[in-house]
Amino acid sequence: MMNSETRANPFETLAGYNFAYLDEQTKRMIRRATLKAVAIPGYQVPFGSREMPLPYGWGTGGIQVTASIIGMDDTLKVIDQGADDTTNAVNIRRFFAKTAGVATTDKTGEASIIQTRHRIPEEPLRADQIIVYQVPQPEPLRFIEPRETETRKMHALAEYGIMHVGLYEEIAHYGRITQGYNYPVQVDDRYVMAPSPIPKFDNPKMDRMPALQLFGAGREKRIYAVPPHTKVKSLDFDDHPFTIESWDRPCALCGSQESYLDEVITDDKGSRLFVCSDSDYCRTRRDAGHEGTGLPVPPEPDTTATAKPGERS
Amino acid sequence: MSVRADANPLLDVKGLTHRYGGQIGCEDVSFTLFPGEVLGVVGESGSGKTTLLKCISGLLPPSSGSVRFDTRVDGLRDIYAMSEPERRMLMRTDWGIVFQNPRDGLRMNVSAGANVGERLMAVGARHYGEIRGAAVDWLEKVEMDLARIDHLPATFSGGMQQRLQIARNLVTQPRLVFMDEPTSSLDVSVQARLLDLIRGLVSQLGIACVVVTHDLGVVRLLSHRLMVMRGGRVVEHGLTDQVLDDPQHPYTQLLVSSILPV
Repeated sequence: MMNSETRANPFETLAGYNFAYLDEQTKRMIRRATLKAVAIPGYQVPFGSREMPLPYGWGTGGIQVTASIIGMDDTLKVIDQGADDTTNAVNIRRFFAKTAGVATTDKTGEASIIQTRHRIPEEPLRADQIIVYQVPQPEPLRFIEPRETETRKMHALAEYGIMHVGLYEEIAHYGRITQGYNYPVQVDDRYVMAPSPIPKFDNPKMDRMPALQLFGAGREKRIYAVPPHTKVKSLDFDDHPFTIESWDRPCALCGSQESYLDEVITDDKGSRLFVCSDSDYCRTRRDAGHEGTGLPVPPEPDTTATAKPGERS
Repeated sequence: MSVRADANPLLDVKGLTHRYGGQIGCEDVSFTLFPGEVLGVVGESGSGKTTLLKCISGLLPPSSGSVRFDTRVDGLRDIYAMSEPERRMLMRTDWGIVFQNPRDGLRMNVSAGANVGERLMAVGARHYGEIRGAAVDWLEKVEMDLARIDHLPATFSGGMQQRLQIARNLVTQPRLVFMDEPTSSLDVSVQARLLDLIRGLVSQLGIACVVVTHDLGVVRLLSHRLMVMRGGRVVEHGLTDQVLDDPQHPYTQLLVSSILPV
């Protein structure tokens, strides 16, 4: 493949390690949990999470799921905050290149497995792809009901009114739903699910996505899934419907008006550059001739300086 | 008040016994409660009042005996023969429970308005404006300052927390409310106002109540009928005024004569 990094010879993978690091029994166990998760969309399946050679919070759940489903013929893409070149993404990609010898890529279209943290790629995913999310906190009810015994019962009985209590609080205090990431969804009109800390901008992409979506939480020892073409609805109120973020300017590099933008501070005066968070999407557009202004947004006037000393704004 | 003698009982308790191992919690308690009626249960500490309340409110399965509730659809049904989802549904719609310690009955980490709205959202309300409206309405009914609707219950005084608990329970218009020592953690002037409020709401809305307390003043104000418990058994049972004015059982006589005169 054109842009993929060179495929390592399977015989040159790390000596002394099984294919994709985990032993076959462990991978089988994880696949059984994954199958159950696919069969019950949105339900959190407990699994025997293993110690991985990286700390909790760095994607141990996602890596275990990826390791258990990856094969010799797969092409892996790993993104962190939408980018392929961040520390987390680079190291996980290198981990699988070393232990499984699989091809890796940063092209969304060329990947068969995409492991992600915090984003869903802008390019629509296909039925022959699998997206694996890294999940820090799989229980959407926990912030309001700390007892695990109780949250399980609430899931079992579909008692989800409490989720709206959280949304009510936000509207009561701020006039709108302020939850911007990890925005709770209901899968297939049944289980309420934490979509992992993706921005709510990405929530609509989960709805009836052709690709299989797998979620791995290593520390919390849970796996859950959304099968292809499954309804995923973001929770909201009738008079405060779910909305996604929008920006009043396009990407400064590729001029896209549809993608999720990151704010990059460019100097110590507060100038900012708004650029696509999905680095592959942005590069593909630029390669195709799209161009942004390339100019940073000037700093906003300092309103605090005009206030008299001791005066509160 | 209006208690219709010909009406079907709302709650029918028969031969209720609960033992903690060999220890008696309550023994062979039977009574019926009619719509709109307030039943007081008094007795000293350890007399089985709270065990009885837990058993009849679905929180503690009894060792033997039956607790039947007049459900809206199917009529009298044993609450422990229902499936758990049915019982939990009943508990958050047709029933209310006001705990002695408001921390047991409130969500302390969400605002007063959300506390009142929770039961509405639990039964499917999904319109913010309507939920908010109901919260405002109920906070007014329990005489709370509306400016505090978005404050956390932890910032409220004990009396306000208790009012909030009542509003939270009454918002789904329950037909039966259980109260466990609703006023005993409050000082006397706050107690008096709260009792006045409860009495007003209960008679206005025609809610049936079971009030457990050790305070004879509370039952004198609130309840129509009175049950006196001792050692897990009911020792005297009758109209409140009758029992208090002319106590028959020696223990009741002791109880009535133990009220401190001011």
